[in-house]
Amino acid sequence: MKFFSVENLGIRFGGVVAVDNVSFDVQRGEVTTIIGPNGAGKTTIFNLIGLIYPATSGRIVFQGRDLTGRKPHQVAELGIARTFQNIELFEHATVLQNLLIGRHRHRSTALWQELAFTPAVRHAERAQREAVEKVIDFLDLQHYRDTMVAGLPYGVRKVIELGRALATEPRLLLLDEPSSGLNPEETNDMAFWIEDIQKGLGITVLMVEHDMSLVQRVSDRVLALNEGRAIAEGTPAEVQAHPAVIEAYLGSKEPA
Amino acid sequence: MRFIFKTAYDQDLRLFRHGGQVFWYGLLAVVLLAAPWWASEYTMTQLHFIGIYSIVGLGLMLLVGFTGQISLGHAAFLAVGAYTEALMQAAGWPFWLSLPCAALLSAAVGIVVGLPALRLKGIYLAIATLAFGVIVEEIITRWDSLTGGNSGKHLKPVELFGMKLDGDADFYYLVLALTTLACIALANLLRSSTGRAFVAIRDSEISAACLGVNLAKYKTMSFALSAALTGVGGALYAHKVTFISPEQFTLLVSIELVTIVILGGVGSLHGAVFGAAFIIVLPQLISLAKDYLPAGVAGAAGLQATVFGLVLIGFIIFEPLGLYGRWLKIRIWFELFPFYRKGMFRRQKTYMKSERLR
Repeated sequence: MKFFSVENLGIRFGGVVAVDNVSFDVQRGEVTTIIGPNGAGKTTIFNLIGLIYPATSGRIVFQGRDLTGRKPHQVAELGIARTFQNIELFEHATVLQNLLIGRHRHRSTALWQELAFTPAVRHAERAQREAVEKVIDFLDLQHYRDTMVAGLPYGVRKVIELGRALATEPRLLLLDEPSSGLNPEETNDMAFWIEDIQKGLGITVLMVEHDMSLVQRVSDRVLALNEGRAIAEGTPAEVQAHPAVIEAYLGSKEPA
Repeated sequence: MRFIFKTAYDQDLRLFRHGGQVFWYGLLAVVLLAAPWWASEYTMTQLHFIGIYSIVGLGLMLLVGFTGQISLGHAAFLAVGAYTEALMQAAGWPFWLSLPCAALLSAAVGIVVGLPALRLKGIYLAIATLAFGVIVEEIITRWDSLTGGNSGKHLKPVELFGMKLDGDADFYYLVLALTTLACIALANLLRSSTGRAFVAIRDSEISAACLGVNLAKYKTMSFALSAALTGVGGALYAHKVTFISPEQFTLLVSIELVTIVILGGVGSLHGAVFGAAFIIVLPQLISLAKDYLPAGVAGAAGLQATVFGLVLIGFIIFEPLGLYGRWLKIRIWFELFPFYRKGMFRRQKTYMKSERLR
């Protein structure tokens, strides 16, 4: 059984074909990266996987289960977590609360118990907190635990969003441009974390990324897209040397 | 200054974070419990209303302040609660049964109203709930056989387990107990997973969904809980005023309820209580001030509405966090004395948010 596969995925917005018949597999335990110029359809693929947009054609299969026809929250319950390109944190909540919301799919208490805050709820809350503290230790967020997200610097938010996704204890982690807006030092940290997530936590990663040095460093496989179509697939070195990729980024040699 | 050293996760789960809070809330409890001894008859009536409006305010706060769904039709839930109580009492049901029924029926209506909320946002939801409020008001007016139409319904004093709660103090303790219960229940909810899901929906629906929050379920749940609390408030209100008619549940009342939430401070339970107290006390202040105003102004129609409007606008511009925000600033000024800085609460610019998905 394939771990995660996308088959003939496509979506059109009116006359614009944003993703056109894209197929690829993600192997368990690997880091797969999607690259491509602006507007290639990378984030759209993420939104299709998250069922934010309904696919016009094709299907997505995760651990033998077809995602078609499910609701966005069910994707999360299957064990797929994601981060966003432009950061979608809960602004008016503390870092700790943001991470605790990530534990939502592991909740175990009923509404009436919560209204009365029964010992079962207290017990569950303690367990959630312990799980979140592990993420805090992993990403070195101790310092920000009780601060409001609104007002924190961009780089820190990026890490918090990664932490929130990790708090869900996903099997597949989707990272949408994890290094965008980060300085070289923070990008370096991010690369270490992605390696740790893959090797230490054993989580499979699918990411969209522009920074080629980061891509080369962490990815096992790379998929290149252009104008909604897959143009190359293979190891990072293979894809970078592929003529279609070079043409997509730099243009072709023939005079106009 | 106070330093709190955290050595156990339980410290973050407690309702009272430190000894100071235990002391002040304890003092408040003593003062409130002793109210029948220190308060005049007039003040007692004010306290009744503050309690009732606090329950309604808490209900609306859950919806507006914590789930981020606006409602301009909450007077309708108040009406459902009030009329359920009136009809059930007339049919001879005991209070301990009719009150939960008022809450449940309001919750059921809340679920029905919550359905459009799954598709509508912001101003569109406001319009939809506003329309709902007007429809309910109209139904109550026209359904003569059930509601008595414009001639209204009379209620007898509450009778609980054979005791007639017809004195000011008896009813006061009932309201106080229910208000306290509502406060604690909501505080409990907000420190557990459902409350966090509500806050998640308020701040970013898309990430809430991607973390496994079932938007439809939790929005409906929030509407139901909010309506249930408002229904309880409505039932108590009906007993307090002893006579209900459609004019008591108009659009203006809905707006007054939203004012409680905004004046009190969106996103805080304290705010709901502060807002309720403010909205009850303000008309009294206005009538006191009338003695000192020129006759032309004091006698003008709509003076109260004008003052309410001005106060609301003033708060939105100068103190968006409401009374609770002001209270927080004063408290922190004392806590940090002498290190409070003026810029401490300056609103920060938020970073770019993705616009592709909304």
